[in-house]
Amino acid sequence: MSSLNNFIKLWELPGGIHPPENKQQSMQLPLGQVPLPPQLFIPLNQHIGAPAKPSVKPGEQVLKGQLIAAADGTFSANVHASSSGTVSAITQHVLPHPSGMSGDVIVIDTDGKDEWIALEQCEEYLALDRLALLEKIRTAGVAGLGGAGFPTAVKLNTKSNLVIDTLVINGAECEPYITADDMLMQVRADEIIAGTFLLSYILHHPKRLVIGVEDNKPKAIAALRNAVKNYSGNKSAQDAEVEIVSVPTKYPSGGAKQLIQILTGREIPNGHHSADIGAICVNVATTAVAYRAVRFGEPLLSRITTLVGEALDTQRNVDVLLGTPINYLLAQHGYNPNKALRIVMGGSLMGFTLTYLNAPVVKTTNCILAASKKELPPPAPAQACIRCGLCSEACPVSLLPQQLFWYAQAEDIDRLQAHNLFDCIECGACSYVCPSKIPLVQYYRAAKGTIRQHTIEKEKADRSRQRFEFRKERIAKEEAEKEAKRAARKKAAEEAKALLASRASAQSTPDNSSAAILTPTTISAPIMQPQIDVVAAAMAKANQVQATPAEQRIKLERVLQAARNSLASAQAPLVPKNIDFPITEEQLVRQQSRIKQAELKLTEAEKKLADFDKENTSA
Amino acid sequence: MFELITQHPIIAALVALVGLSLLFGAILGFAAVRFKVEGNPIVDQIDTILPQTQCGQCGYPGCRPYAQAIVDGDAINKCPPGGQSTINALADLLDVEAPALDAEHGTEAEVKKVAFIREAECIGCTKCIQACPMDAILGAAKQMHTVIADECTGCDLCVEPCPVDCIDMIPVTTSVNNWAWDMPAPLQLIATDRHDTSTEAA
Repeated sequence: MSSLNNFIKLWELPGGIHPPENKQQSMQLPLGQVPLPPQLFIPLNQHIGAPAKPSVKPGEQVLKGQLIAAADGTFSANVHASSSGTVSAITQHVLPHPSGMSGDVIVIDTDGKDEWIALEQCEEYLALDRLALLEKIRTAGVAGLGGAGFPTAVKLNTKSNLVIDTLVINGAECEPYITADDMLMQVRADEIIAGTFLLSYILHHPKRLVIGVEDNKPKAIAALRNAVKNYSGNKSAQDAEVEIVSVPTKYPSGGAKQLIQILTGREIPNGHHSADIGAICVNVATTAVAYRAVRFGEPLLSRITTLVGEALDTQRNVDVLLGTPINYLLAQHGYNPNKALRIVMGGSLMGFTLTYLNAPVVKTTNCILAASKKELPPPAPAQACIRCGLCSEACPVSLLPQQLFWYAQAEDIDRLQAHNLFDCIECGACSYVCPSKIPLVQYYRAAKGTIRQHTIEKEKADRSRQRFEFRKERIAKEEAEKEAKRAARKKAAEEAKALLASRASAQSTPDNSSAAILTPTTISAPIMQPQIDVVAAAMAKANQVQATPAEQRIKLERVLQAARNSLASAQAPLVPKNIDFPITEEQLVRQQSRIKQAELKLTEAEKKLADFDKENTSA
Repeated sequence: MFELITQHPIIAALVALVGLSLLFGAILGFAAVRFKVEGNPIVDQIDTILPQTQCGQCGYPGCRPYAQAIVDGDAINKCPPGGQSTINALADLLDVEAPALDAEHGTEAEVKKVAFIREAECIGCTKCIQACPMDAILGAAKQMHTVIADECTGCDLCVEPCPVDCIDMIPVTTSVNNWAWDMPAPLQLIATDRHDTSTEAA
């Protein structure tokens, strides 16, 4: 085996560490199965990107493999029912997340039948169009199973201007305790090889197809080589030979960027993706799942997870349905809470402690470590940095962890970015080697969070400024328009007034006929035309309102009658309301004035009526 | 003329100096006109540091007027939404001491808030829409209004004008999507630097 390797040049990864591997515990037993849990909690967001949108309602019956939440946009992934049963709720439930927070999950009460939905098989899948294959992978909700959960269809749909010359299948699995990929490579080597050829077809036949496996997994390497030798499945003629490369065991050679560097010698520049340097790295488990999605139409419903730690009676790898509660899984393996110090999801270096054990298994759960105090001792109190520089020697991305540490403490965002904080892969090698036990990675993670927050706030502030300025501008514009209208009205009124005045002074004809209005003597017609129209319209309006002569007469008579009535009531003799208070002088005077007023009104009304009659008869 | 200069070095020096100063003055004068900067760049720099909530708590109608006021000599500690970090950044920019936040203008909020209209109670009076400096409230007369949470800066200027008090300021919750790791506890120094109050008291 090593003779084969001699022909393949490997590059050295800078830094790196050799922690105790602790992989043998979980490899003693074959791949196991767990009984169907009574309830499955399937989170809507098990991947990087937007959470999927639920497409079922509570109370609905679902079959195994049925779509229960559809991807929301391209950067998202479908979610399927891991077993048949009833959707009992779509609710908030604890997620396997370092924050211990809750998120949306679909709860399925399993019916125990594990009844599959009809699947669309496809034997000659290499005859299909690449986009059709990508669509199948997308439909199956495949996301990276290595840890990050990047939607696989997005990763494989590379920009058309990029030529992918190397496809790296990542079977390095460098983190202590985790053996899920090791087990998968031993059990499902055929699927991995078939998946490799499938991805090779999708990526337009890269020149190199490499499966990188750390040399501490000889059985997996042997199984893969065997599978390559005996492979008889779909394969196109242009496909390159699959190289099974054993890479030296060193943490963190299993990082996508690191494995690409080891196998090709190419480093991914800051802020770029691996596709930019012509390489794509896919995890072995993802490769196998992509193959099953295309060949059998099977969505991603389960994954292999390592259950390990001294607090468990049985330490092994299990094929577990997504959504299985972790405490159920632990109970199935003889979990002893007294022995366990903490439960970690992931390995001992990059994993995080689970706050609540009822969180479910998701697409990225590669290991559950029920660690005793001996295995993962509580961190010793951090001491002052002695500037030994071991961290920089251990850093696999050649950063300066010590500098970053100072700047993170000072929250110096500019310097952190200048020192490429965002290239840190948070592998934890620096913290591992630190003699002062400084939790360096925690500082970097916190600093990254602060910077992201800062960036978001900055963007929002800029948007706010634009909105505010736009609003000010808009209000000013509205105000100006109003002012202009007001000025126009004022001008029109003044001109109309001037016109009337000029007409009054220059009145040559005695009558107010419209002909006189339309032929103003002082002002030229074209300029005055609109104003004249305004005046004419106003007069027409006033005439319209005027009632007919008969109505006007009736109105005047009514006024006259009312005046007579009020005079009569005013003339009526005063009657004291109370006999104790006789009518005073003052009251009499007031009565006199009232009578006078009423008489005046009466004469006025009589005069108006008489005028009206005279006018009408003369007309 | 040449004779005069060679014979009287003092006069020659004076002539040279006056000539040079006239020349450079002309160049500077030309540059001042030719390369004139519109507006005050310092105002822009201060404006980018301010949080752009446009809340008016500083006593100016918006962040930019306050930035202008700072340039004109006003205190830099009148911005409660920005808090101490903004004051520090301003002090850094202007090279002055960073004072504490002036409590007269309000206190720094612990958590960010956004306005939320209880839509069932909204009568559609549009008063909050007119008050919002961000145009972050949607609605029309006699139609229910709602706040665009992403655009709301939490200035709470809409709360006061509401005649039916149907606007709440809701703290922005942290979810899995915007959660971030906490900074670890500060390092302990060497043993002799440790200030343990219990041992000191004993």
